[in-house]
Formats: sequence, C-alpha cells, structure tokens
Amino acid sequence: MPSIRELHKQLVRKERSAVEITTEALARIEALEPKLHSFLHITAEAAIAQAEQVDAKIAAGEQIGLLAGVPIAIKDNLCTTGIPTTCGSRILENFVPPYDSTVTRKLKEAGAVMVGKTNLDEFAMGSSTENSGYGRTCNPWDLERVPGGSSGGSAAAVAGRQCPIALGSDTGGSIRQPASLCGVVGMKPTYGLVSRFGLVAYASSLDQIGPFARSVEDAAILLEAIAGHDPNDSTSLKVEIPNYANLLRPNFRPKSRLRIGIIKETFGSGLETVVEEAVKKAIEVLQELGAEIQVISCPRFDYGLPAYYIIAPSEASANLARYDAVKYGIRAEAADNLLDMYKNTRAQGFGTEVKRRIMLGTYALSAGYYDAYYLKAQKVRTLIKQDFDAAFEKVDILVSPTSPSTAFKAGDKTDDPLTMYLSDLMTIPVNLAGLPALSIPCGFDENGLPIGMQLIGKVLREDILFQVAHAYEQSTEWHLQAPNLLTS
Amino acid sequence: MAKLDRSDVQKVADLARLRLTEAEEIAFTTQLSSILDYFEQLSNLDTENVEPTTRAIELSNIVRADELQPTVDPAIMLQEAPEPEGEFFRVPQILGGEA
Repeated sequence: MPSIRELHKQLVRKERSAVEITTEALARIEALEPKLHSFLHITAEAAIAQAEQVDAKIAAGEQIGLLAGVPIAIKDNLCTTGIPTTCGSRILENFVPPYDSTVTRKLKEAGAVMVGKTNLDEFAMGSSTENSGYGRTCNPWDLERVPGGSSGGSAAAVAGRQCPIALGSDTGGSIRQPASLCGVVGMKPTYGLVSRFGLVAYASSLDQIGPFARSVEDAAILLEAIAGHDPNDSTSLKVEIPNYANLLRPNFRPKSRLRIGIIKETFGSGLETVVEEAVKKAIEVLQELGAEIQVISCPRFDYGLPAYYIIAPSEASANLARYDAVKYGIRAEAADNLLDMYKNTRAQGFGTEVKRRIMLGTYALSAGYYDAYYLKAQKVRTLIKQDFDAAFEKVDILVSPTSPSTAFKAGDKTDDPLTMYLSDLMTIPVNLAGLPALSIPCGFDENGLPIGMQLIGKVLREDILFQVAHAYEQSTEWHLQAPNLLTS
Repeated sequence: MAKLDRSDVQKVADLARLRLTEAEEIAFTTQLSSILDYFEQLSNLDTENVEPTTRAIELSNIVRADELQPTVDPAIMLQEAPEPEGEFFRVPQILGGEA
C-alpha cells in the first residue's frame, strides 16, 4: 500500500481515482476482518461518498490537500456524527453522536476518507484490546497474540495494510505500545497540541489523540492535519503548528550535534533480552548518524506506574459517572427508583476492567484516603516531571524500549491485572509529564514479532522526534516488512 | 496483607453506583488489595515539600467572549435518550426510594 504522498501523486495525475483507492481499502478490510477484527463499524457508504467528492474536486481542476482521498481508520472513542461511537463498551452500544470530534471534523474538511471505527479496550482501559465489549483484535503478525492496547484496532488496521493511517488515543501508552507490538509508527503528541473535544474522556489530564502510520512521514502529515488550538478544549495550546513533513528531507542530518540520552531505568530487570539487544542496536544506528549518546538516569521513572494507576482511575471514576442511563446509552430494564437504575445499568453496561478502575479511583478519592493516594500520586507526578526536566538539560531526546516485551498471547495476562499494567511501565511516565513521544519499529524477535523503540522529546518538540525517527527509518528497513496475512 | 475486606468493597461499589456480583466482590477484594499493596512503594519517596501536579502543561484563566454559539438541536440530543418524553428525560421515581 502506497504512502500518503504517493497516493496524492496518483490522484493529481489522475492515475487512480479516490473511489478506486477507497474501494481497494474496503476490499482489503473485508477480506481481513474475519482474521483481525480491527474494526467495530465499517463505514463503506460514507467513505465512497467522501471519495466521490474528492474525485469531483479533482475533475473540476481544484487543488486538493495531501490527505484528500486517503483512507483512514478512527478509534471508536472519537465522536463521529451519525456513526456509532461505542468506546468498546456495551453501555454505549446504541450511541450515535450528534456531533463530530474536532479531529474527525478537521480530517473530513481535509478530504480524508474515514473507512471505519476501530476496536479498543473498553473506554481505552487496557493494554491488549482484550477488554473490548465486542471481542478482541488479533495481532497481524500472529493471530494468537494481542495487538497491544488500548488502540489495538487502529494499530492492527495499519499493520495489516487495511488502510494507510489511523487515529488512536494515548493516556498511558495506548498508541505507542500497540504501535510497538504491531510494528508501525505511533505518536503521542505533547499534551494540549491536539484538541480533545469529542474524545470520550478516560483520564482528562493525560489523554491525547495521535497518529498511527507505516512511516514517520505519514505520521507527521497526519499530526499536522489534526493539531492546533481549539476553543472547544480549554487545555489546547495556542501555538503555531510547524509543517512537520516538510522538515523531513531525504538525507536529513541534525544541524548541531544531536544529544540522545538512554534512560538507564528502562534497561533493568523485566526487559526481554531480544528487545534490549534490538534497541541497543538501534541506538548504535543513531550514533552512526551523528548523534551523541549518553546514559541518563531518571531516578523516579519506575514510580510512574503506581502514580498513574492512582491518578488515571481517579479521573476515570469521575469521568465515567456520566454513564447514568439518562441522556444517552443503554438503560437496564425495570428499575423502580433512580439509584437502582444507575446501579443496574452500570452493572450491565461496564466490563470488568472498567469496573475495577472505577472502584480503584472511587476508593483513592474517598474520604480519609485522598491524601495517602491521590495527593501523594500528584506529588510523585511532580518528581517524575523534574527528572525529565533535568534530563532535558543534558540531552535533546530520550530513548527507551517502548514495551518490555513483544506481543504476548491472548489470555496470558487477563487473570492478573497488575501483570497487565506492567506492560505500560515505559510509556506511562511520558503522559504524566505531558511530553511528546513516538514508537518506531526497530527489529523482530525470534518469532518474527516486531520490536519498538520509544523516542521522547521536550514539550512541543515533535519536529525533532520526527526528524530523528525519519533519519533512523531511512537507514533501516524494519518499517518495510509486512505481515503475511492473505496466504496464512 | 489485604487492606480491603468485602464490606469495604461493597461500600466503595455503592459510592461508585455499581452493583457487583458476588464473584466480582470476591475477585475485587483480592485484586484491589494487591494493587493497593503495590502502591505502597510510593511511600519510599519523600514528598514533604513537593507541590502536586494537576496537569502536565500549566495553563490558567482560559476565558472567552460570552457570545451565543449554535449548539446541537435539543430534539436531536433527545433522540439519544433511553426514555425521552417531550422536551424531557424521563427517569424512575426519585423521592421516597432507598436514597
């Protein structure tokens, strides 16, 4: 499947129409869905209609943008007018939003063709997409294994070449970890760079929307299209959005000597040897490209995980109080008073992990425990941020593995929630500090499963991340490998 | 070791407006206890003089002009309600119940 720029060239040269490109993507989706289950809803009709509009523009001699006519998959926690948005939850199984999220509105205006809504862990809570209320998504590299999560559907759709790009959301690693496990590029931007309006809230102080793509350049083009200030999200930042993709020239070399720090704490116990070796080799490649490498300690890095699992469930317990069976979503049958209606509906509509996190958050915020848990976690968040600030005095970007292991087998971690939580050990501190970070393919293990490297940048320095990742990608061939799905 | 017993779990479930099955109560009692034990490591860190971080990127006083903007038509919003009635959301009896 071609890149965004190649698709754009084909369209403007009239070698292929947007309808042809869309039809081809829809056919590939249909062929692979029985194996992957990346999608919760396929929006074939709306996609063809949108593609026809792009073709009409081209026929009329109008200029089209880079994303016009490009098929894209959208995580099903982003509101889309007239198209179901379930968040992977049974409680929203009948919900059809009356408005668009800012990101999907922007994509529509750019002429991008939404082909469907992708599967996720219910309300984005999970690391394997097994917590979906609608069945799990399979990893395109090995169908027995998980694609990671929570944006597992978007990662699998891009890795399986069902569409070239997709959107996900990342609260503790939900874009980067599945990108790593599926062998694609995934980025979480700086908190506030992309509007969260219309993103169904999980943990509002951590949630960010970001791109999945097969190349750094495609991810950069997509981020540029969705970024920018939005009056509908009071946490969105008023900043100029750089033309990210134009910064990626073929033989880019950093102007001044780029300083890269290896986070010491991420190479400790619990890291699979094959992941460690692949990331270390990738760092050597960066060194050969002219980067100056040093080992940096972020002493409180590992405390990110416990702090996160207090902060995120606390915010979630408040955010998910809105599912009260009054204004939208399902309502359980036969309740004769209001409290029973709430309790019965929430018992029926929420899955186990969502209930567990609501319980955890409610407990952490309850009288007598607030200082010991929530306040303590917020103070630890400050310490983690301070460690990053100190590190970024010495280096321009930080590097670590994205995930301590490659894709695990479905069912392997579902019995013990803590084991599952540990798969986000390396991505979570980044959300607590609001920093931008991306995962890029950097190798395969002995079973042919992809390995990802995480690059973390300073606030609003997505440009440097893209440039370094692009330079790495141009000198390696990992991103060109594709899973063999149609013959298996 | 276990910090929570089943009655704690029942109390929290009530606060969270969740009705748990017996199996869920038993599982959550063990699981939440071990997660709380895991949180104990945070006490290794001295946070005596540390300010809490509530948001990653500091912003303050976000204001806008108080101007009318078009919003979604109430009739369309009501279509999503489980039990709309005219311009209202219908709910079961509020007063005189267990609350």
